[in-house]
Amino acid sequence: MENLLWVFVSAVLVNNFVLTYFLGLCPFLGVSNSLETSFRLGLATTFVMLVTAVCAWVLNTYVLIHAPYLRLICFIVVIASTVQFIEMLIKKLSPALFRAMGIFLPLITTNCAILGLAIFATNRGYGFWEGIVYALGAGIGFTLAMVLLAGLREESELSDIPKLIQGTAMNLIIAGILSMAFMGFAGLFSTT
Amino acid sequence: MKKNESYDEFIKGIWRDNPVFVQVLGMCPMLAVTNSAVNAVAMGMASLFVLVGSSFLVSTFRHLIPKQVRISCFIIIIATFVTIADYTLLALVPKVHKELGAFIPLIVANCLILGRQEAFASRYPTRLAVMDALGMASGFMLALFSLGAVREILGDGALFGVKLFGENFEPWVIMILPPGGFLTLGVILLFFNWFKYKKDEFLEDVAAAERGSD
Amino acid sequence: MTTDSRKEATSPSSLRLVLTLAIAGLVSGIAIIGIYESTLPTITANKARELREAVFKVLPGVTQMQPLVHRDSELVVVDQPDKDEPVIYGGYDDQGDFLGYAMPAAGPGFQDTIAILYGYEPDEKIVVGMEVLESRETPGLGDKIYKDMDFVGGFSALSVEPEIVAVKKGTKSLPNEIDAITGATISAKAVVRIINEAHARWVGQLPAPGSEPPFVLTEAAGDEAGQ
Repeated sequence: MENLLWVFVSAVLVNNFVLTYFLGLCPFLGVSNSLETSFRLGLATTFVMLVTAVCAWVLNTYVLIHAPYLRLICFIVVIASTVQFIEMLIKKLSPALFRAMGIFLPLITTNCAILGLAIFATNRGYGFWEGIVYALGAGIGFTLAMVLLAGLREESELSDIPKLIQGTAMNLIIAGILSMAFMGFAGLFSTT
Repeated sequence: MKKNESYDEFIKGIWRDNPVFVQVLGMCPMLAVTNSAVNAVAMGMASLFVLVGSSFLVSTFRHLIPKQVRISCFIIIIATFVTIADYTLLALVPKVHKELGAFIPLIVANCLILGRQEAFASRYPTRLAVMDALGMASGFMLALFSLGAVREILGDGALFGVKLFGENFEPWVIMILPPGGFLTLGVILLFFNWFKYKKDEFLEDVAAAERGSD
Repeated sequence: MTTDSRKEATSPSSLRLVLTLAIAGLVSGIAIIGIYESTLPTITANKARELREAVFKVLPGVTQMQPLVHRDSELVVVDQPDKDEPVIYGGYDDQGDFLGYAMPAAGPGFQDTIAILYGYEPDEKIVVGMEVLESRETPGLGDKIYKDMDFVGGFSALSVEPEIVAVKKGTKSLPNEIDAITGATISAKAVVRIINEAHARWVGQLPAPGSEPPFVLTEAAGDEAGQ
């Protein structure tokens, strides 16, 4: 049973899903041009992560012991269903939000961060509570990275950037610098 | 005519429509596994297996798969191939499997593979689909290898584990760490853009000259 | 060109949809089970061999081993430990004499979790070897915990009384002290902390020196002889 605080802080800062593990890059690079959309997508992703973590734990504990090779397919099915369900929920509860989010919702399904979360949690043998804390941390970390990049991109829209660098190349370089900054969080927990 | 067609489909994936450099797909595994050339190539082979296998099946059965459930079917097919690749790697090369870790199952979430099924394999005959898959996978492998080689050479002073420089080489460690991945790919994309820009310029000059000489 | 046009006739029935998915799932399931069964022997053999190599590395002189778990207040030999049961390994020489325990341990390091295996001799209460199984420490710095042979060698006769202490490189003086790694102090201290914590957890569950479980896994011995 790993220390819960370490699991959480590690997922948000020290081993940030986007900046350290390179998960969730498609939305990270594609959607982060708007601060507000980024934040909303981050929240939706966090919710899907939480649901996925719980389902993964249930599957791992009760079902997959007998058939470990079905793990991947089961996880994918769970994720796709959860996203479908959330889509329906948002559509019903807030049509305006649904329209605003548009295509980004179904894209959460192919977000490697969610599948990655399930696989990492399984490999590390996380229990129920650890899984929840990990999902929360991962989602918040993902949202944090997205919001940071979105903020920087919005700022840079007004600057004069050479045509060559514009676009994905620049975003990647900014992400690289962000990643370096986050590396500074390593060793946060050492008690020497 | 048919032979040229197949060749076209193959070659486009390598440069013109390179999945990573041009389409910017398949990023997630890209950066994570390219901290060394060996890992990059292994991931490339696994992705090739999954992409070609899935494209083959999807294209062969494309008339039998109803439109409404096609994405789910694609995912089931892809996930099956990935699981096969996963276990095969674990049995044959456990050390490499350990290095790649959780990123082998993550091939499933590689937007490149699903994208190819949706955009191509489900609409074209088997032979063309397989050539397209081979081309895209080769382009992907090329991208993976170039990224992996650069990062390993700069960050470890080696290629495929063989030390290239002498004892005094101070490796640029950041290259094999996450920021290195972002930065290297960013710089490579930069060069790609530059080539494209130059080529467009050149073509424009040629066109202008032709117009002028008429 | 040979593009096929989509037949947008009537929408397929729900039965057709479900049937397609079911068949896809079934075929997929069979394929997966097939590959799993055919690779299982190789994978299990690989894992077993890796574990043996690690155990033999941390317990010098050992040629045979068996898994031990703590059940009903006693350390017993088991063929197959339960899934979540903490397990340690007893190391024995050719004659079946007990030489030491190989104990797996894990904990947070500088960057991520470090998993190690260390050899422990209960008679003299010393650690006799340490092997890093998994680590994601910083390349060039933290990864010295398995690349720096001086550090790894420091575990060959390390007393655990009262506990292991990592000291600045070159200042080791007491039997329970080990030289840390310059520039990777945190990773080195993490390894030490992991061993101390594991030892504290297990020390109460080990039998008195001299009364360790004898070597009984003769079926395993048969396999070993065959290798």
